[in-house]
Amino acid sequence: MAVATSSSQVLNNVEAVRATLYEALKNDDKVVILGEDVGNRGNVFLITKDFVKEFGTERIIDTPIAEASIVGIAVGMAMEGLRPIAEIQFADFIYPAFNQIVGEAAKTRYRSNGEYTCPMVIRTPYGGGVRGALSHSVSVEALFYHVPGLKIVVPSFPADVKGLLNAAIDDPDPVLFLEHKKTYRLIKGEVPDGHYVIPIGKADVKKEGSQLTVVSYGLYVHWALEAANQLEGDGISVEVIDLRSVRPMDKTAILESVRKTRKLLIIHEDNKFGGIGAEISAMVAEEALFDLDAPIRRLAAPDVPAMGYAMPLEEAYMSSPAKMADAMRDMVKF
Amino acid sequence: MASTATPRTPDFERHGLSDEQLVAMLRIMILHRTLENRGFALNRQGKIPFASASEGHEAVQAGAAMAFERGKDILVPYYRDLGLDLGIGLTSYEVMLSLFARIDDHSAGRQFPHHYASKKLGLYTISSVIAAQTSHAVGAAYAIKLRKESGRAVLTTFGDGATSEGEWHESVNFAAVHKLPIVFLCENNEWAISTPLSAQMGQPDLYKRAAGYGMPGVVVNGFDPVACYAVTKDAMDRARHGGGPTLIEAKCYRFLSHTTDDDDRSYRTRAEVEERRKEDPVPAFERALLEQGVLTKGSLDELKASILAEANDATDRAEAVPYAPPGDLFTRLYEGPWEPWQ
Repeated sequence: MAVATSSSQVLNNVEAVRATLYEALKNDDKVVILGEDVGNRGNVFLITKDFVKEFGTERIIDTPIAEASIVGIAVGMAMEGLRPIAEIQFADFIYPAFNQIVGEAAKTRYRSNGEYTCPMVIRTPYGGGVRGALSHSVSVEALFYHVPGLKIVVPSFPADVKGLLNAAIDDPDPVLFLEHKKTYRLIKGEVPDGHYVIPIGKADVKKEGSQLTVVSYGLYVHWALEAANQLEGDGISVEVIDLRSVRPMDKTAILESVRKTRKLLIIHEDNKFGGIGAEISAMVAEEALFDLDAPIRRLAAPDVPAMGYAMPLEEAYMSSPAKMADAMRDMVKF
Repeated sequence: MASTATPRTPDFERHGLSDEQLVAMLRIMILHRTLENRGFALNRQGKIPFASASEGHEAVQAGAAMAFERGKDILVPYYRDLGLDLGIGLTSYEVMLSLFARIDDHSAGRQFPHHYASKKLGLYTISSVIAAQTSHAVGAAYAIKLRKESGRAVLTTFGDGATSEGEWHESVNFAAVHKLPIVFLCENNEWAISTPLSAQMGQPDLYKRAAGYGMPGVVVNGFDPVACYAVTKDAMDRARHGGGPTLIEAKCYRFLSHTTDDDDRSYRTRAEVEERRKEDPVPAFERALLEQGVLTKGSLDELKASILAEANDATDRAEAVPYAPPGDLFTRLYEGPWEPWQ
């Protein structure tokens, strides 16, 4: 499917993150990377492998195991004119940094009335399907998307990873950049050469369709596409929207699609209660209730803390292309 | 003002400070107290919703501010640092705008009083979350070191209460690992709102913790502004020229309740407060400068009159400034225009 051309190459998501970070370090002395094991080890997924050899330990900083101050130090660096890219090794470890992200980074511009700003990126791998158990599998977007002042990006395709990570690094405000770890090596795609930016807050229609709108992000976009393509054979036409950013959220793209298909299914890996789907459902109910031909439906994780380590507990927690196809078929039949 | 030829009592050590600098420090101490008391009075008059207290911190703050190099250094303070903010150049008018929460306040009335933000002064924006600013100070110091800007350093301050936060430890440790140009100044007033030192730590000499991090730790009488200046100057000079971080503990006391919303009678005796009040650094420094002949009774009275006039003028001017309009809520959250979710 993904074919390299003279002006593009086929990369997986890890390679896309790595290539983008490399270019940013190369092009701007102000860019620094800090986090646990990002230097000598080159990050636990080898995203920053050998960066330290080229850019030195002063710009590729192996920090102590201290998530709150990894983010807090990045906030101070950003206020002082650097362009820090802080890494939280796994999204599950981001909780100690909650105050620095929500109370500090997100409010720096607002509370100083624009005197100080906080141009920084916090990258973190999230998500399940890799036998990550309770503490290496969680989705954290809903914990943060409540917070004005933050931008939250959740890309699923390598080309989007590059364009959105460039946008995040260039952004004058703090961006939480969530990378689904199961897609890291699983998902490959064509990535254009050279510097380009995909605007944060713009969704992308990954597959056009007429009978149902599916809104998703992260790994589940790929599974939703698999299900939708399979249903195509049965004459069922599903539109799949990849949100790519959950804050700001592309209301226009969602409403345009829903007004066309008249049915909405939201699919995400995070818990249903208070999740991204709750806000989308409420928004569509407020703005387009009478355009709908069926109740809005959400396919999301059960109301439990996280997926288990044991395979059946992981499978029970996560959705699948088959479960998604069933939900899509039901919605179209309604 | 008397000339430097005036005889001195032998135990007064001026650490190289000129008469003008000594008087400037006293001026900041009296101004600090005057504006703070004004805040409490305005609160009781129902004119402002809230004021916070730092009586007892005047000496350490005026002393530390004298060691700060304007236009070069960075101050990452906490919310009880009115005197330090004034000492590095904040004006009385800016203080009153903050108390009155008017549109021309640094935060345009968004923040609690004394949460300033001024790039011109090198004064960082803070929240009220204890010790959250410490890691910002460390990040700024890292940037200074990375850019090899010799001659600049960060001064960051906090109370004894902040030293219980995990982020405080993380920040001090990181600064030690990277030998950053930063000074950590603890204004130990013995009380974290209502919680005494004995309930905060097993070992009350905070400066001793520095040894555990591998940096110099210095203790100083926080009621002695000149001594506070001297240790801060020494530490800042070391930081400015590659010598790495220092932890300073200035032992002082909080004479008033935590804020206008607190009542310290519920957790400490009047006898304790009265006993400590005998060490009040403001009249003590006035006496010292009179004894040293740096000031006369007449010049001290003039100084106090000019401070009161400045405070009155700042109060009247700030009160006349309007609030931000409600639509201001939606400004300066992100760069450029943005569409609030509704």
